[in-house]
Amino acid sequence: MAKKVALIQGNTACALGAVYAGCNFFGGYPITPSTEVAEVLSEELPKVGGKFMQMEDEIAAMASIIGASLAGAKALTATSGPGVSLKQELIGYACIAEVPCVIINVMRGGPSTGMPTGPGQSDVQQAKWGTHGDHATIALVPASIQEIFTETVRAFNLAEKYRMPVQVLFDEIVGHMREPITFPEPGELEIINRTAPTVAPKDYKPYDTSFGDVPPLAAFGSEYRFHVTGLNKAQDGFPTTKAEYVDAEERRQVRKVESPENAAAIESNEEYLCDDAEVVVFAYGSTSRSARYAVNELRKEGIKAGLFRPITLWPFPEKRISALGKQAKAIVVPEMNLGQMILEVERVTKGTCAVAGVNRVDGDPLNPGEIMKKVKEVM
Amino acid sequence: MSYDYDKWLRPGKLPHIWCPGCGHGIVMKGLIRALDICGLEKKNTAIVSGIGCASRLPGYIDANTLHTAHGRAAAFATGVKMAKPEMTVICCGGDGDGTAIGGNHFIHACRRNIDMTYVLMNNHIYGMTGGQFSPCTPTGAKASTTPYGNPDPIFDISKLAIGAGATFVARTTAFHATQIDKLIAEGIKHKGMAIIEVVDDCPTTYGRRNKFRSVIDMMKVLKETAVPVAAAAKMTADQLEGKILTGVLYKEDKPEYCEQYAKVIAKAQGA
Repeated sequence: MAKKVALIQGNTACALGAVYAGCNFFGGYPITPSTEVAEVLSEELPKVGGKFMQMEDEIAAMASIIGASLAGAKALTATSGPGVSLKQELIGYACIAEVPCVIINVMRGGPSTGMPTGPGQSDVQQAKWGTHGDHATIALVPASIQEIFTETVRAFNLAEKYRMPVQVLFDEIVGHMREPITFPEPGELEIINRTAPTVAPKDYKPYDTSFGDVPPLAAFGSEYRFHVTGLNKAQDGFPTTKAEYVDAEERRQVRKVESPENAAAIESNEEYLCDDAEVVVFAYGSTSRSARYAVNELRKEGIKAGLFRPITLWPFPEKRISALGKQAKAIVVPEMNLGQMILEVERVTKGTCAVAGVNRVDGDPLNPGEIMKKVKEVM
Repeated sequence: MSYDYDKWLRPGKLPHIWCPGCGHGIVMKGLIRALDICGLEKKNTAIVSGIGCASRLPGYIDANTLHTAHGRAAAFATGVKMAKPEMTVICCGGDGDGTAIGGNHFIHACRRNIDMTYVLMNNHIYGMTGGQFSPCTPTGAKASTTPYGNPDPIFDISKLAIGAGATFVARTTAFHATQIDKLIAEGIKHKGMAIIEVVDDCPTTYGRRNKFRSVIDMMKVLKETAVPVAAAAKMTADQLEGKILTGVLYKEDKPEYCEQYAKVIAKAQGA
């Protein structure tokens, strides 16, 4: 039987990817340019017995998905930059309490209300550092409609596997663009669910590291009763200020994402013509589509250009960018912001190559010509 | 009737953090009696709080307990309840937590009439941060941030809850300990959003600054200002000046949110 194919927009693909992943709770608040995610889920979730809630504000939306997840649901929210700003407090809560959930950020410009209907990529550092305190971040940046679907599924898998919030960021261009998508069959994509405890209920500790850096998570309403708090806590989940517990817990929560082996498992990149590249364009989201065009044109002109496209933006692909920084003469970083991920590229390459940005914040996409011009300048 | 307090207390978690003379412990005992009266199962009971002295309550109770962020109890609890409607969900917290930073979540949980019970301990002050004025600090009262007397008018929490759509609203005080369990139990049994306001005392950060010489003086005020609704019906406006009404202030049967959403699911599935 032929697979189901459709011409849909990115936001719809995101909603359908969530349903495929087993999402059964959505808590949201209307905000451009992400509203279609909510609209589609308001129709689709009840069909599969799931719950759709339009909450009173962005903060409540984030709170509701954490609450639902603790009661065993696979929970999602969708918003844009201003909404993510409001959610930051509780994104931090989901980090420290280690509650799986997925946050979609369809990016527009900013700061503040900015240009609600214009595209932007200015939330990529906010995704990492937006909430206060040290914490690990997983953020994915799909660049096509098909990829929005699969990356939304992967976001749920990572959230469940690592017991934490996972953010999916795509700019308004990808969110509202329509492209053909081939829907995977049920069972075709791997679906990961959180590890449930196997110990006797009386022995259960929600942060028991004897099971590794990602402790099993029980659900409210099961035989396992436990306490959850946003305070620093010991392995039993109860608040503590004892230095040895606080330090160990904070380090573990970062290590579960950022240790070399875990980061390698979470990383996902596409490298296009990078093998012999003398100049590498580092680009993500819709900007990577212009960058690919630019690379093809530059190759025709005899310039050895390549495209490095992170699909996992955080944790940052340090090893590969470091290696490419030694191989290439320059890395060009086009972004629809005034230079955010370029800071990571500079940090990681440590001066081994030239690093130059191409930046736009006027609500128009970066075009291939602008990227080509910058590549020629740095060569 | 004797109550099984130990059954609901987590072993090893006492003593609690509350100051001597604080009414929160009285409320917690009342809540435990209510859990007992309702015959609830621990596994099906969730207690959700925000931040503040009163919000430390869930940590002492042996149930599914969730100590969230400041003001957010009702919003987290809504997620828990929607994911597992069969669970009994109880929120607790203070006046600043519930009606200032959490005011929006509070009124919208009331509006939805979702089947939860919210025990709001109104001690008129932000106790944990050292006694700043809250939306429930009486006008003219002293707080650490109203050294010249509080210029703000107050919220009447019960009226706020009724206005917002809660279908069971009751009020009592920390002095009226035996009424606390009865009202909370009635709230738990009520199908819909139940608000139980317990007017409470904070001797440490409120009493000290407002010329209460002892906890007993504060308790006396709670005793003397409380007027049961039935008695109030026979009193004049002048006689009711400065009093607070206690008992069940409002009760109404209205469609409950989880049940309403079950109908949405049935419709979406073509029933």
